[in-house]
Amino acid sequence: MILETATRTLELLTNPAVLDITLRSIRVSGVATILALVVGLPIAAALALLNFKGKEIIKSIFNALLGIPTVVLGLVLYILIAPNGVLGYLGLLYTELGISVGQMLLILPIIVSFVVNSIERVEREIRDLAYTLGATEFQTSLALLREAYSGVVLATIAAFNRAIAELGIALMIGGNVFVSGGRYNTRVLTTAMQMYVARGEIEVAIALGIILIAIVFSISLLSNSLQRCYGLDKT
Amino acid sequence: MDLIKLERIWKSFGSICALRNVSLNIKESEVLTIIGSNGSGKTTLLRILALLEKPDSGKYYFRGKLADESLRGKITLVPQKPVVFRGTVFYNTMYGLKVRGFKNAKEKVRGALKKVGLEGYEKRNAKLLSGGEQQRVAIARALAIEPEVLLLDEPTSNIDPNSIPAIEKLIRELVDDGMTVVVATHNLFQAKRISDRVVHLHEGKIYSVGSVRNVLEEPKNEVTRKFVLGELYY
Repeated sequence: MILETATRTLELLTNPAVLDITLRSIRVSGVATILALVVGLPIAAALALLNFKGKEIIKSIFNALLGIPTVVLGLVLYILIAPNGVLGYLGLLYTELGISVGQMLLILPIIVSFVVNSIERVEREIRDLAYTLGATEFQTSLALLREAYSGVVLATIAAFNRAIAELGIALMIGGNVFVSGGRYNTRVLTTAMQMYVARGEIEVAIALGIILIAIVFSISLLSNSLQRCYGLDKT
Repeated sequence: MDLIKLERIWKSFGSICALRNVSLNIKESEVLTIIGSNGSGKTTLLRILALLEKPDSGKYYFRGKLADESLRGKITLVPQKPVVFRGTVFYNTMYGLKVRGFKNAKEKVRGALKKVGLEGYEKRNAKLLSGGEQQRVAIARALAIEPEVLLLDEPTSNIDPNSIPAIEKLIRELVDDGMTVVVATHNLFQAKRISDRVVHLHEGKIYSVGSVRNVLEEPKNEVTRKFVLGELYY
C-alpha cells in the first residue's frame, strides 16, 4: 500500500493536471496571505501601539475568530456573494479571487492576533530602549514593528498553512470547477482530495495529501532555517 | 549648581510604594552610586531619572529647570537586562545617532565600541552575542550618543569577572571627560571602587548620602550600617 501510494504520488507529480491544481493552491492561498498581511498589519499595529476605547474588545474578537469553522465562514460568504446576494455584483463566486478573499477573511485573525502578541511581547523593553536613546514616538513605533519581525514571519506561515489546508471555503466559494485546459478552474488540492475520496479513489487522495503536507512542511522548514541562519529566531 | 535635583519624589505601583519622599542632588561630573538590596527602589529611581516613569508627586529639575521628555537622549539608561535590537552590533550602536539625524557617524560608533572592548564586532549579529557582550553593546550604544548623564543599572551583573575592571575604569574615564554617571548596584565593593558619592536606598527611602567613607566605611545611619555589615536581610 505504502509503495503503491509512493509510486502513485511520483506519477501524479509529473501529471500536468495535478501540477496545475498544486500551483493554483499555492497561488490562491498566497494571494489570500498577501491580502491578509496588507489588511492585518495596520490593524495589528494600531491594536498594539495605540490606546483607545474598545481596544481589548476588538483584540478579544480577533482571538475568538481564530477558531472559526471554515464551513461556517464559507456558508456566510456564499450567501453574501451568490448572484442574488448582497455582494453578488462583485462576481466572486466560483473564481480563484473569491476563494482568496474568503481565505483572507479566515486567516486575518491569525495575522492580527500573532502580530499584536509579538509586538506586545517586546513592547516595554524596546519602547524604553528607543525612548532612552532619544527616539520620537513615531521612531519608537517603527522600532517595535521591526523587532516584531519574527512574529510577522510566524503569522505569515501559520496563515498560509491554514489557508492552503482549508476545505470549506474552497469548496463553497470555488465549487471545485475543473476543465482540462480551462481558464476558470477553481479546483485546489483540498477540494480535489475531497472529490477523490467521494469517488473512492483513496490512493489519489493520499497522494494529493502528501503533496499538500510537503508544501506546508517545506515552507515551515525554509522559514525556520532562514530565521536560524540570521538569528531572527532569538527575540 | 547641581545638575539634577529631585525634590520629595513619591512613586507607587498599585499598593507597593517604590519610592518614599526621595530628595537627591546629583552633581556634574561625578559617579553617584545607588546601593540597596533587591526591591529597594534603585531601578525605579533610575527609571524616573531617565524620564521613563513619572513620579506620583515631587519635582525633578535638570540644570534648574523642570525636566521633561525632551531630555531623553541627554539622559540615557542602560538597563540591567541587556536589550539589543535585531541586527548587527553596528546597527545597535548607531541607533541613537540615527534617530537624531546623524547619518555618517561611523567613527563615533567605532570609538564607542572600542571603549567597551568590542572592536571588530561591528558586523556581528547582536542577538547571537553572549549576555556579557550584549551588555557591552548596550553600554557602547549609550556612549555613542554622548549623553550628559549616563544611568547604569547593575552594569556588570552580566559581565564576566575578567571584564569588570575595564568597565569600572571606563566609568571613571567618562567622568574625567565630564560625563555624570549614576550607577545602581548591590555590589558594595564595586561601589567603593568607583564612587565619588554613595546613596543608600532601603524600601524606597534614602537613609544615607555622602562620600564612600561616610556611607560605606563609617556609616552613621543605623540602617545603612546594618546593610553594609550584611545584617540587613534581603
